[in-house]
Amino acid sequence: MNTDNRYHWQHKDLLDVTQLSGEDVRHLLDLAASFQEINRRPVKKVPTLKGKTVVLFFVENSTRTKTSFDVAGKRLSADTYSLAKSGSSLNKGESLKDTALTLQAMGPDVIVIRHPSSGAAAFLADLLPCGIVNGGDGWHAHPTQALLDCFSLRQTWGDSFAGRSLLILGDIAHSRVARSNVHLLHLLGVRVRLCAPRTLLPAGVENWPVEVFSDLGRAVRDVDAVMCLRLQLERQQAGLLPDLAEYSRRFCLGASHLELARPEVRVLHPGPMNRGLEISDEIADAPASLVLDQVAAGVATRMAVLYLLATRNDGGNA
Amino acid sequence: MTLCITNARHLEAPVDLLVDGDRIVTMTPAGHHAAPQGSELFDARGLVLMPSFIDAHVHLREPGFEYKEDIASGLTAAARGGFGAVMCMANTRPVNDAASVTRFMLERARLSHPHGPRLHPVAAATVGLRGEEMAPLAELKDAGCAAVSNDGHPLENAELLRRIMEYAADLDLTLIDHCEDPRLGRGWLMNEGDMSGLLGVKGQPDVGEAVQAARDIMLAEYLGLPVHIAHVSSKLTVDVIAWGKARGVRVSAETCPHYLLLDESALKGYNTAAKVSPPLRRPEDREALRRAVKEGVIDILVTDHAPHAAHEKEGTLDEAPCGFTGLDLAVSLTWGLVREGVLSEADLQRLWCRAPAEIFHLPWNGFAPGDPADFFLLDPDEVWTPGPATMYSKSRNTPFLGQSLRGRVKHHWLGGRMLF
Repeated sequence: MNTDNRYHWQHKDLLDVTQLSGEDVRHLLDLAASFQEINRRPVKKVPTLKGKTVVLFFVENSTRTKTSFDVAGKRLSADTYSLAKSGSSLNKGESLKDTALTLQAMGPDVIVIRHPSSGAAAFLADLLPCGIVNGGDGWHAHPTQALLDCFSLRQTWGDSFAGRSLLILGDIAHSRVARSNVHLLHLLGVRVRLCAPRTLLPAGVENWPVEVFSDLGRAVRDVDAVMCLRLQLERQQAGLLPDLAEYSRRFCLGASHLELARPEVRVLHPGPMNRGLEISDEIADAPASLVLDQVAAGVATRMAVLYLLATRNDGGNA
Repeated sequence: MTLCITNARHLEAPVDLLVDGDRIVTMTPAGHHAAPQGSELFDARGLVLMPSFIDAHVHLREPGFEYKEDIASGLTAAARGGFGAVMCMANTRPVNDAASVTRFMLERARLSHPHGPRLHPVAAATVGLRGEEMAPLAELKDAGCAAVSNDGHPLENAELLRRIMEYAADLDLTLIDHCEDPRLGRGWLMNEGDMSGLLGVKGQPDVGEAVQAARDIMLAEYLGLPVHIAHVSSKLTVDVIAWGKARGVRVSAETCPHYLLLDESALKGYNTAAKVSPPLRRPEDREALRRAVKEGVIDILVTDHAPHAAHEKEGTLDEAPCGFTGLDLAVSLTWGLVREGVLSEADLQRLWCRAPAEIFHLPWNGFAPGDPADFFLLDPDEVWTPGPATMYSKSRNTPFLGQSLRGRVKHHWLGGRMLF
């Protein structure tokens, strides 16, 4: 761990990667690497956040991200509490504001929020004095996913991100994973490509720092990594796609595509995967796949995020 | 009883205004004639004299949503804001699709504001605003409705729209059409563009407004009947209206101060205060709309006063309802455009008074002998800040809240009677 002692984390919240400087990202990923080491020990727990409280406020279904934050908090000895949609008062017509104020009254150090509305995390951050982690808001941002993706890539690429190229494949328009990754990868000097049917591209994409393709064969040529996105089946019902078989014929990442990429190409997927729809079986299970590394990286990265936010006011810093 | 307003500024010149009862007697250059013996004198030095404005598009929420606004509070905001008449839309609960509802509204107005501002209800175009069957327009007209509209619930069905235009024409009621293709961008929260793409929210392209306006204009031409296009928000729609006018179609149109002053960047940070229907568009749309009101392609200004309770706008962008309050601020906001040189004082009188009166057949004050004595005095330099203490609407959902505005209505007379 080669952390600069003069560095200070200045953010109350982690709402989006756009708020981070290159130095913030380096520091956070270094810290995550040191926590990754804890995760490989026989006893995977340290007392670092003993006495701190982390609330997991998940208004949208999520097993993976919630579990990842839960494990991350517990490995640092924080007390973690879950408030899921079915268990919360939001089902009884309580506004987000009132639920948030109720949570705050319980005195948490950090609230992790997952919410179907873009901007929900920012709304909480403005309202509450505790640290807010955006665990995914609508189509907007999923900063810990982008950070853990870069953490995973760093394990194979080292610090040589600049000049590499990465293709994000699939439903960009409705993907917070894509938005956050475009910003973060661009910040780190990666040349980002997008490939999707035009119906799944966001408005204004021509002004993003990316190259856009509609043909997968051309999009994967000479890339260093491919990030597949999960296709939500409701996109077809909304009339954005003719049928899923046609989607898979055009956009499912297969072995023949990877032959066009760099030999050491890596494949990422935020999960859960639709095998055969956006990623073929053979690729999902191939050595090039970082999917399971991403899960491990998720815990380490979220440990770093919880640590930085929960200890921000404690004087010292990592 | 005569009243003499002395030394007011009107169209850049000092004037005296003589009023007898509820009528204008004369307006003359200041000091040219002595006020008749026994006249009440009002020294208006330093103040700008304007005819009372007409707002042809407001939502006063009564009956049904009195926690947002009611007719009494809405009319007080109108009076304080310089409006002598307002046309209230039909999306109340119950909907104003029956004479009993119209009569209720007028009765509420008479009880709270017997001396004005005058309320002119707008009849629902279809029963329950559901877009299925035509509302009883003759009955609604007889009860006192001044126009007809399905505002808030765009009419998708062109056959029904045609029949409403025809039927309403017999009654001398103009159709005010909210032009929006409800399927294009369904579920939108803002304009579709760079900002919606970055914020990750569903956007609405301006095409849906322009397409429906084009449909309305072609039908109006085909039938030889008038149509009025509500709250125009985009350059594309302005172009379509200009095309219709060039063909001689009897099309008129309105826009709102916020479309002349703001653009989609106001939504930054998921600012629910800037969520409105139709949505704020791009800076080039704002500029095109400024030209359109100046040149008369867009005929009138309206506020689209849409009050919502504070808690309704507090939340995420998709939870928050669309709309801004406008009656308290419209004169100050558009006076700002005069200060900027975008519009002239005469433009304001045309856009807020003469043109809406002509389109909807309402009385108006042109300061000619015999005109109704409806006018207000504006302090052109007073700086004030919209907030709870300075606004009269029950709600304060405006993106201009807390901003410093210049120019404020100081006194208002309706029918020769001083309201404040």
